[in-house]
Amino acid sequence: MISLQGITKHFGAHTVFKDIDLSLSQGEIIVIIGPSGTGKSTLLRCINFLEKPDAGRLQVGDLKVDTQRASRADILALRRRTAFVFQNYGLFANKTALDNISEGMIVVDKLPKAKAHARAREILERIGLADKADAYPASLSGGQQQRVGIGRAMAANADVILFDEPTSSLDPQWVEEVLGLMKQLAVERQTMIVVTHEMQFAREVADQVVFMDEGGIVEQAPPEELFTAPKDERTRHFLRKILAPTGQAVP
Amino acid sequence: MLNLEYMWGLLPVLLSYLPLTLQMATIAMVFALILACLLAVVRVSRVPVLNGLSLLFISFFRGTPLLVQLFLFYYGLPQVISSLIAITGVTAAVLGLTLHFSAYMAESIRAAIVGIDRSQTEAALSIGMTQSQLMRRIILPQATRVATPTLMNYFIDMIKATSLAFTLGVTELMGATQKEAAGSFLYLEAFLLVALIYWVIVEMLSWGQRRLEIYLNKAYQR
Repeated sequence: MISLQGITKHFGAHTVFKDIDLSLSQGEIIVIIGPSGTGKSTLLRCINFLEKPDAGRLQVGDLKVDTQRASRADILALRRRTAFVFQNYGLFANKTALDNISEGMIVVDKLPKAKAHARAREILERIGLADKADAYPASLSGGQQQRVGIGRAMAANADVILFDEPTSSLDPQWVEEVLGLMKQLAVERQTMIVVTHEMQFAREVADQVVFMDEGGIVEQAPPEELFTAPKDERTRHFLRKILAPTGQAVP
Repeated sequence: MLNLEYMWGLLPVLLSYLPLTLQMATIAMVFALILACLLAVVRVSRVPVLNGLSLLFISFFRGTPLLVQLFLFYYGLPQVISSLIAITGVTAAVLGLTLHFSAYMAESIRAAIVGIDRSQTEAALSIGMTQSQLMRRIILPQATRVATPTLMNYFIDMIKATSLAFTLGVTELMGATQKEAAGSFLYLEAFLLVALIYWVIVEMLSWGQRRLEIYLNKAYQR
């Protein structure tokens, strides 16, 4: 169970978002959509303290954190229960695909090296890159790099994986393989929160779709409802703008 | 004409002082690297107070000549710190080289650290690494690669700078040459020979540097 209560973030005088509440249960998949600059990524980054929230409480599993009183240990514990997939992959350039995946298991979870490598190989198998174990990030395609990024998140064995626009910096030819891997995780009921502009993915995979605009959650609903009968005019306007050019049905 | 026979005879004599020269440079390099890493990390993480002190340290040791610093350690400081009376020329030289070069090296290491793209830092933090794990396992290994060519240049510089130790009465390669030359009056032969010895050593190091760079770059081949 993951919950956000009253999460607020300012950058200087500018309020990015205020009083965000969101919760999801084990195995649930939430996709957050909305116009650029409405704080979707920042919200995701607040969940594992890559950004420090300015107010609110977080709960991941049995770990409850008051964001204003979080100790260093709380933050590390929170990060161990959440895994992050970055828009720009963020792979460790000095480490092979295998080592990128096993690094956290060795350093953070203190697994013996042999065991961590064995698990990393299993993960490479699952993400379809068993033959790239010894390849360095620089020699991988964007799609392969992002799959390793997802593999690294899988290795963290976290309660939830946070995806921050995982396909936005990919060349179009690599988008499908990354979305495919995410769908596979969805089938395995991996709990995840995904910020994306891939509406088709949201429609297919999400249990709940959250529409954010102007620093707040405008509405939240199962995909069929949100995509066909949005309640708020802003949601309708956004969906029309983004869906019409792709030929998908608009509300 | 050059007295080649004299030079040939002098070669083994001078080479017997080479170990001391290399020892001083190597020890000073090791300590300078450690100190430079600490200074760089303090500067990058903006540790309060220490950051200011690092700036002052770097500014002083880059801002004054090495020879002045050596004289300060060897002839100056024992005047106020009586326990330093016993400082040997070799120790003073190693100390001076360490501090002087660490100031330069700190700045190139700092630049290399700052150059590692921010997303790797975030990725490491996101999987629960601590700041020090991030530094040791992700940032410093990559910064090392970026900084290696410059650091090797400083090492080469340092080997040549050990010759200044002769001004503190140390009989190292340069000091020995000076003595031999003064005894034989064959200054050109002696100093030409010592110049060649330094040159060959530096060339060998440059060769090693190229090999090292190829090795360090293997993770970045497309």
